[in-house]
Amino acid sequence: MMGSSFFTPLSWNDSGFILTGVLNTVYISLVAIIIGTLLGLAVGFIRAEANKFTNTLLGGVLDILRSVPLIIQLILFSTYIGAIGYPLDPFVTGTIILSLYTMAFMSEVFRGGFESVQQSMITAGRSLGMSYWQTVAHVRLPIGLRAVFPSWLGVALSVIKDSALVSVIGYMELLRTSEQLISRTQQPLEILIGVGIFYFIVSYPLSLYGKYVERKMAT
Amino acid sequence: MIQIQNVHKSFGSLEVLKGIDLDVQKGEVVSVIGGSGSGKSTLLYCINAIEDIQQGRIVVDEIDVHAKGTNQDKLRQKLGMVFQQWNSFPHLTVLENASLAPRIVSKLSRKEAVEIAKKELNHVGLGDKFDEYPTRMSGGQQQRLAIARALAMKPDYMLFDEVTSALDPELVGEVLDTLRMLRDDGMTMICVTHEIAFAREVSNKVAFFHQGVIEEMGPPEQVIANPQKEATKKFLSKVLH
Repeated sequence: MMGSSFFTPLSWNDSGFILTGVLNTVYISLVAIIIGTLLGLAVGFIRAEANKFTNTLLGGVLDILRSVPLIIQLILFSTYIGAIGYPLDPFVTGTIILSLYTMAFMSEVFRGGFESVQQSMITAGRSLGMSYWQTVAHVRLPIGLRAVFPSWLGVALSVIKDSALVSVIGYMELLRTSEQLISRTQQPLEILIGVGIFYFIVSYPLSLYGKYVERKMAT
Repeated sequence: MIQIQNVHKSFGSLEVLKGIDLDVQKGEVVSVIGGSGSGKSTLLYCINAIEDIQQGRIVVDEIDVHAKGTNQDKLRQKLGMVFQQWNSFPHLTVLENASLAPRIVSKLSRKEAVEIAKKELNHVGLGDKFDEYPTRMSGGQQQRLAIARALAMKPDYMLFDEVTSALDPELVGEVLDTLRMLRDDGMTMICVTHEIAFAREVSNKVAFFHQGVIEEMGPPEQVIANPQKEATKKFLSKVLH
């Protein structure tokens, strides 16, 4: 039973399995980027507007999320939530933690964006009769978001790469599917190079685009 | 009309306005002159309810600006304001800059808002710049855009806060010409300005601010050409050299 036939080489039949991993990586990254961006926008805005006390409090929580390695947060949360009797699907656990982690970084990006909009620009909006929220929607948000787009893209890219860590709690993303393939085929070199190429193909054009936008905004 | 009665304004322990009284009638052009730190810009910010006041009151067309229950957003629609820094919205084209507030504040349809914006932009000589982004224009053009943007709200009064101070000297003329045009249209204006010659030419009334009070006020031929107070004389001799 444990003979040489247990190890079978990589074949085209594995492509469906690999594709599942690819799609799951894209899926969990996208969900985390979207949720993290929305939450980050709200938290970043609150931080730009809030008083010192609220800011210190919020800042502390965000510092923890940013400073504790993602892999530890994933293992801690999935173990704890299981131990208190609410075992969650790896996708849900991964999404929650990855989104919060993303939010922690995004909130700083957006806070910087909101704070980059000069007070005089806001006053100009108010003097035209705009309400507080109208200046937020039509002045601060569009101007602030433009200013931080390259930084936002940078965070989003690192989320795609960090999503590989969700494999440790059992989510079938690209790294975990490739680990399973490696244990069956014993071809780690080919498989890991292939996975690396995938991340490169996704990340590199986006980071080039970010640099392009940055250059364009500088002129 | 705008009635300013015994207005006091402090920033912390620093009292910037120490009892200002000033009436501006419909159709009048009032220039406010004085050294920096004399409180003249602060007064405009108080009229526009951007700043609150500690004492006294400001009444615009029977509306008490700082009274509880005054809808200040609505009030500001009557009061167009243009600043030293033109503050063009950099993410919007010239036409969008001028049509944004009519659309979202006055709730006009896009078509109506664009129509009004085009009219005001033509008026200030920006008829060929509709689709330009303001950051690609000169300071003088951006300041005229700021004027058109304020006019598009159909204000009853215009407040100008040193609108030529941040401009390169060769661009001052085009902005002053725009203000002259508004005076000819009969717009009621309060101009805080360092352009003494301009103030003398266009104003019905000149108020000289000194250390938070109106030191001297009257028609320009009196305050500028024939000042009575020592402080006024001293200030004018410095700026007119």
